[in-house]
Amino acid sequence: MTVAVNPSQTGEPVFYLADEHPHPEGYSTSLGFWIYLMSDCLIFAMLFAAFGVLGANYAAGPAPKDLFDLNLVAVNTSMLLLSSITYGFAMLTMQQNKIAQTQMWLAITGLFGVAFISIELTEFAHMIHEGATPQRSAFLSSFFTLVGTHGLHVSCGLIWLVTLMVQVWRFGLIEANRRRLMCLSMFWHFLDVVWIGVFTFVYLLGVLR
Amino acid sequence: MNTDTHAAHADDHHHDDGHAQSTFSGYMLGFVLSVVLTAIPFWLVMSGTLPSRQITALVIMAFAVVQIVVHMIYFLHMSPKSENGWSMMALIFTIVMVVIALSGSLWVMNHLNSNMMPIHEMTGMK
Repeated sequence: MTVAVNPSQTGEPVFYLADEHPHPEGYSTSLGFWIYLMSDCLIFAMLFAAFGVLGANYAAGPAPKDLFDLNLVAVNTSMLLLSSITYGFAMLTMQQNKIAQTQMWLAITGLFGVAFISIELTEFAHMIHEGATPQRSAFLSSFFTLVGTHGLHVSCGLIWLVTLMVQVWRFGLIEANRRRLMCLSMFWHFLDVVWIGVFTFVYLLGVLR
Repeated sequence: MNTDTHAAHADDHHHDDGHAQSTFSGYMLGFVLSVVLTAIPFWLVMSGTLPSRQITALVIMAFAVVQIVVHMIYFLHMSPKSENGWSMMALIFTIVMVVIALSGSLWVMNHLNSNMMPIHEMTGMK
């Protein structure tokens, strides 16, 4: 933006933004949403730091090797990866204005998301049933906080996804809905990026230790 | 100031903000790469192919970093040009913060752990 200096009648310089003009609605949404995601990234970084510090404090309780089933984690990871590519297809069909196909891909994405959350909850229930509760050791506290926060984000993403499907069903692929779908796309892919960190640092490195 | 020039102006912005470049081949390439980059670390850990744990750990961390970059480019459509470079600025700032916070926490707490009095000496104290 250029700053112009105009002499006013009194001779005092007046500073103002010469480039000031109204922006269309939603002009800055994607940048604002990206900055929100970056702040969310800091939350996850702190939870990763807590896990990194506390992850080896088992308090004579179960270690990752006793608890984690890597086959299940691999299935879970593939659910999230598949949901990422199906959301990508939803965005592509949205660009081509195909409402029915967009809705179909959104629904498939939602199903993969539900599968991911179900597998994760089954895993948590199994661990808690075996006595590996968040209260058992510092490792388990930080594990449940980190993975649970990610799961909560995915659950919120699923609620958002259903809300947007209703929006698209009622109002079609209007400009506002396209913008919302783009934000959810960023959110969804961002959660997939966080999951890369989770399966590498929590599950794979945990089992290696 | 008339509205026509604003509309044209807004359109210009829309075209160079980098979101229009999502293509089927881009998503598929990203997906195939991320499947490969996920499968190899899982296979390395589950089969124990590499001779030592340290090497395996370093290799899977390297795969994670590469996969995060792949997701950023092909799924999140990050490019130095998107939003006139402001998304990249926010990303770089976040990475700097994350690296400082993570490495600082791990470093300090590791030193704290290694400088603590060993448990067997503590049990003798009254």
